[in-house]
Amino acid sequence: MSDAAPEGRVLEVEALSARYGHVEALRPVDLFVRDGELVAVLGPNGAGKSTLMRALMGLVATQGIVRFRGSAVPRRNPVGAAAMGLVLVPEGRGIFGPMTVAENLELGAYLLKRDKTEFARRHERVLSLFPRLKERLGQVAGSLSGGEQQMLAVGRALMSEPKLLLLDEPSLGLAPRVVEEILEKLGMLNREGLPIILVEQKAPLALKLARRAYVMSVGRIAAEIDPRTITSHDDLARYYLG
Amino acid sequence: MISRATIWADVRRNPALTALWALAAALVAYVFVTGGYLIAVLHFAAIYVVFVTGLNIFMGYAGQVSFGHNAFAAISGYTSAVLTATYGWEPLAAAAVGLCGALACALIVGYPTLRLRGHYLAMATLAIGLIVYEIAVQWQSMTQGYMGISGIPPLGIGRFTVTSDRALLVWLIGFAALSLLAAAGIRRSRLGRAFVAIAGSEDAARALGIDVARYKLVAFLISAFYAALAGSLFVHAVGFVSPEVYGLHMVVLAFTMLYVGGIGTIGGAALGALVVALLPETMRRFSEYQDLAYGAVLILILIYAPGGLAALSRLRPASRRKESA
Repeated sequence: MSDAAPEGRVLEVEALSARYGHVEALRPVDLFVRDGELVAVLGPNGAGKSTLMRALMGLVATQGIVRFRGSAVPRRNPVGAAAMGLVLVPEGRGIFGPMTVAENLELGAYLLKRDKTEFARRHERVLSLFPRLKERLGQVAGSLSGGEQQMLAVGRALMSEPKLLLLDEPSLGLAPRVVEEILEKLGMLNREGLPIILVEQKAPLALKLARRAYVMSVGRIAAEIDPRTITSHDDLARYYLG
Repeated sequence: MISRATIWADVRRNPALTALWALAAALVAYVFVTGGYLIAVLHFAAIYVVFVTGLNIFMGYAGQVSFGHNAFAAISGYTSAVLTATYGWEPLAAAAVGLCGALACALIVGYPTLRLRGHYLAMATLAIGLIVYEIAVQWQSMTQGYMGISGIPPLGIGRFTVTSDRALLVWLIGFAALSLLAAAGIRRSRLGRAFVAIAGSEDAARALGIDVARYKLVAFLISAFYAALAGSLFVHAVGFVSPEVYGLHMVVLAFTMLYVGGIGTIGGAALGALVVALLPETMRRFSEYQDLAYGAVLILILIYAPGGLAALSRLRPASRRKESA
């Protein structure tokens, strides 16, 4: 069933919560993403950012409602969420180390099955976005540098032609120059119209790209901010500290 | 497509592994020509290639753990033995029933147990192996208990039967080669990539739309099929079956072959089975220290080739990477 989404919202989340055993990792959270918007989710370690991403994908048991383009995203069914176009680049990249770069990319288009023309189009697009992957197609993914692995993780996600890209800490453990390169590509994708949720601990980096940002603290959304209003570290600290 | 040039490039890239394969082939050829007791050892090794190749699909490709695949070998092996020796069925028809029985059991057992992970899954599969072993011991009217069933006819179809040791070796090597080729095909297919993805990260695989539960079950069924095939081949090759054949020893042996050969590699099952089957024979000169020497060699292999013998090729790219870094 499809309902009209207000203000061009593609993703609407209502009272989404998640638990790990007795621990309430995500308290009821409300948020939304508009079409073509890049929304940052900020917050310190343990704030619940990664759990939020996993909850959106249905990788953890949740309560609450997630709607994507007006349709309910099935809960505890990541395959169903992926089929709707939600694609997660998980924290730690989640690349498949023993497989080659080419095989990792092929797995990105897993739901495409046998459409070779469409596969070739996506493949070409990813390699033009990350030319370094082209040189490494036959290389085992586990032997790539951290930056290349992150490029592969994003490239693999793009192979599934996402309608909403969820990125969990893409800068983790990477050199600043590499982070800039990856974020620049993400900005480019977003300008082409791809809605993105970017989870980042390095707030200044995310705020450069984001149109809006949510600040999370102890499993809930503590604030929704307009990055243009953040002019100094003190401004940001105010939101972090409540 | 594999051309002569690519094969030659592989040979130059992996001289140690190529030498190992050449040695294995020479050994098999030597035993085939000279005959004798070692032919029986190679029969045993070839059957284990089938068993271990299946286990490798479940453990090496899909990254799961099973201590219970001996159960599927036992179900199929005993079905073959009972139907041919007691009821006079053709080996092929009996094996087909055995394979179906093992697959049905794997489906019933796999569906609930594959929801478990890691140690829990390992323990559940261990229990399956022990239960089937106990049934083989206790169901005396059908299995003859510890006495076992003898007089099982050799492999054959209709009037054609494999009677000589050499012919049996050729057939068993044929089965082993087909098993390896099928496993290589699976690894290169969409199915195989999904298995390896699950081994890498179940969550990452799910997030790409891979139905992890279904693929784990498929991997379990495929590997159970291999185990069942090995179980049936064994009874027709040896002509006898008892519960001990499919006991815990089978699991330990298969694990040793898998890790010595190279878990997750395609050819590892063949190298592992050959080395582990032949090694005790070469250690006979150490008489009472035979087991000690055998254990020491296995430890040395695992220290100097931690990825297994078939993964020796990985050493070179790793050193090259270091140079280029």
